Amino acid sequence: MVKFREYLTYRGGPGHWSWILHRLTGVGVFLFLLVHIVDIALVGWGPELFNKLLFLYRYPPFRVGEIVLAGAVLYHALNGLRICVIDFWPEATVIHRKLVYAVGVVFAVVFIPTAFYMLSAILK
Amino acid sequence: MNGAGRPRPESGLELYAWMFMRVSGVVLLFLALGHLLIMHIINNVANIDFQFVARRYATPFWRTYDLVMLWLALIHGLNGIRTLVGDYVRSKGWQVATLASLYVFGFVLLALGSLTILTFQPHG
Repeated sequence: MVKFREYLTYRGGPGHWSWILHRLTGVGVFLFLLVHIVDIALVGWGPELFNKLLFLYRYPPFRVGEIVLAGAVLYHALNGLRICVIDFWPEATVIHRKLVYAVGVVFAVVFIPTAFYMLSAILK
Repeated sequence: MNGAGRPRPESGLELYAWMFMRVSGVVLLFLALGHLLIMHIINNVANIDFQFVARRYATPFWRTYDLVMLWLALIHGLNGIRTLVGDYVRSKGWQVATLASLYVFGFVLLALGSLTILTFQPHG
C-alpha cells in the first residue's frame, strides 16, 4: 500500500497530478450523483414536499458547493478527453505534457468566469 | 502500449469496460456539461421548483435526455469505483464484499432514478 505522503512527493510530473485529480473529481462527482438521484426522486411525492426540500439547496453553502461540483465535472471532462486523445492516438504521447497544460488552461478559461457568474447569482 | 489512462485490456469484458469509459465519457461531456449549463447556470436552484420540472417533463425530449444521462453517468461512476476498489482494496474478501454492495447499491439507485424520470406526473 502506497502511503499518502508518497503520493504527494512522487516525481511523476504533471501527468501524475492530473491522474490524482481525475480520481478525486471522479469520486466527488459520483458521491454527489448518488445524493442527487435521491433528492430528485422526491419530485415523485408531489409539489409540496419537493418545493419544501429544494430550500436546502438554496442555502449559500450549498450554492458554493454547486460551483465546486461544476468545476469537478469540467475538470474530469477535459482531462478525460485528454486521456481519450492519448489512448486512441498514441502519436500524441510526444506532446503529452503540452496536453496536460492545455487541460489546465482550458479549465481556467472556462471555469473562472463561470465561477464568478455563479457567485454573482448567489449574491443577487 | 501505455496510454494516459488505464492500459487497454487485451480482450473480453475488461476491454468492453475500458471502451465504455471512453465512449460514455465523451457522450457525458456533452450531456453533463449541457445539464449543468441549463439547470445550474442559465436556470438555477433559485428558480427551479416542481412547476419547472412539470413544464420540462411535459414532452419526452428532456425525459429521454435525463434517462440517457442517468444510465451513462451512474454506470460510468460505478465502473470507476470498481477500478479504485481493484487498486486500493488489497484483501480479496473485502474486494468481493465492497463490489457486491456497490452493485446492489448501484442497481437500487438506477431503478430509483429511472422510476423518477419515467413515472413523473406533471399534476402531482
